[in-house]
Amino acid sequence: MSDETFEPKIVGFMCNWCSYRAADLAGSARIKYPPNVRIIRVMCSGRIDPTFVLKALSLGADGVMVAGCHPGECHYIDQNYKAMRRFGMLKHMLAAMGVEAERVQLVWASAAEGQQLADAVEKLVADVRALGPLNWPGNWNEHKDRLEAIESMVKEHAEAMEVLP
Amino acid sequence: MSKAKGKLAVYWAASCGGCDIALLAIDDKILKVSEAFDVVFWPCAADGKVHDIEKMADGEIDVCLFNGGIRTSEQEYMAQLLRKKSKVLVAFGSCAHEGCIPGLANLNNRQECFDTAYRDTPSTENPQNVRPRHETQVPEGTLYLPVFYDTLKTLDQTVPVDYYLPGCPPEADRIWDAIVAILEGKLPPPGSVIGSDTTVCDECPRKRTEKKIKKFHRTWEIIPDPDTCLLEQGLLCMGIATRAGCGALCPQVNSPCIGCYGPNNDVKDHGARMMSALASVIDSQDPGEIQQIIEEGIPDPVGSFYRFGLAHSLLRRGKLAADGNGHK
Repeated sequence: MSDETFEPKIVGFMCNWCSYRAADLAGSARIKYPPNVRIIRVMCSGRIDPTFVLKALSLGADGVMVAGCHPGECHYIDQNYKAMRRFGMLKHMLAAMGVEAERVQLVWASAAEGQQLADAVEKLVADVRALGPLNWPGNWNEHKDRLEAIESMVKEHAEAMEVLP
Repeated sequence: MSKAKGKLAVYWAASCGGCDIALLAIDDKILKVSEAFDVVFWPCAADGKVHDIEKMADGEIDVCLFNGGIRTSEQEYMAQLLRKKSKVLVAFGSCAHEGCIPGLANLNNRQECFDTAYRDTPSTENPQNVRPRHETQVPEGTLYLPVFYDTLKTLDQTVPVDYYLPGCPPEADRIWDAIVAILEGKLPPPGSVIGSDTTVCDECPRKRTEKKIKKFHRTWEIIPDPDTCLLEQGLLCMGIATRAGCGALCPQVNSPCIGCYGPNNDVKDHGARMMSALASVIDSQDPGEIQQIIEEGIPDPVGSFYRFGLAHSLLRRGKLAADGNGHK
């Protein structure tokens, strides 16, 4: 593991009206940011259910970015405040699960802030790179003696029954 | 019921035994069950040998009600055995369905569970640091204990399951409904949860108005008004995200729902659903205040949102989870 360089897998949920456009702008302005982030466009950061973030992590993502319009600038009046509260709830819960706070980050970026968004992606990737893989699927791994123990059980039952006629 | 008697098995794995008792809580209807079924295996209530089950033909048992999660190799073996021998395998109760309280140990691994049980608890006297081992050599030969896994899994994470009966424990009336459905052959499609598809709020008689929460209270901090929605009074009531079936027993006695019936149909992650809903009703737009409301009001988020569903949720333990609350 240690001889290979770890490339973090990052999923970025970005809102259609601001942060996704900021990513677009970063592209057309040729601002460079790490290719580790896989962007998923949603209509509003208020649409981002904590389930989405947990699902991304459980499928093998090492970090997640939740990005929306600046507070007060939401296309749907105040839904990014909902995103802010959901993120607060999620952050509190993930800390209790022992997941480092840097892995899931909330970012505000307006459609003009391509550079800021690129910087935020760069920061998230660097943070997660420093932390190493999350490896959620692997954290549920089976105990290695398991199969052998199960196979031996049939034999033990048969032996225990040998005393009977 | 003139046809030949069916065969019924009841088994328990990582559970408290409450589900076996719940099965008897259907009262004298249990006699109707014994009219329809021969109980071939029920370790909690009757003597039986695993070897006799092993000798049965595959699919010989008509219905197996399996309660408890899978924590050891013995439990996994029994789950596989009873799956093979049963036509219909029912995950009976919250442990088999979602992991329930034993599943909360998934915050920690096997080593940490053993440290607590065999070293750290104040009542433990274990100077030689003896731990359970799979194999122990004694002069007479080798003795075996089941292997204790790192992770508790639900029944359907171990073997394919036909039906689920939620609840900790399932309510007697719902158990009887399920038994009647089995006897009359009126079962829903395989893979279904046998039960209601609304939420606890639907059965709760309390008055609901607009939900706006400025502060969460623990149950011992306030005496709630008996007629108003508990969540609106700031108590963390899981009713909004929890499957109906219990008749809103807890809210009716001024105690918030703790979510034992698990999530409603098509909800992947009970706790995430609850977090999402709660975040919508917190009445603040200030990041600092939001953080304060959440952190002061919900000191144990995993225990609050995933009390019954941690093993079955999308969550996996992090590397840092050393002491249960992880905040260190």
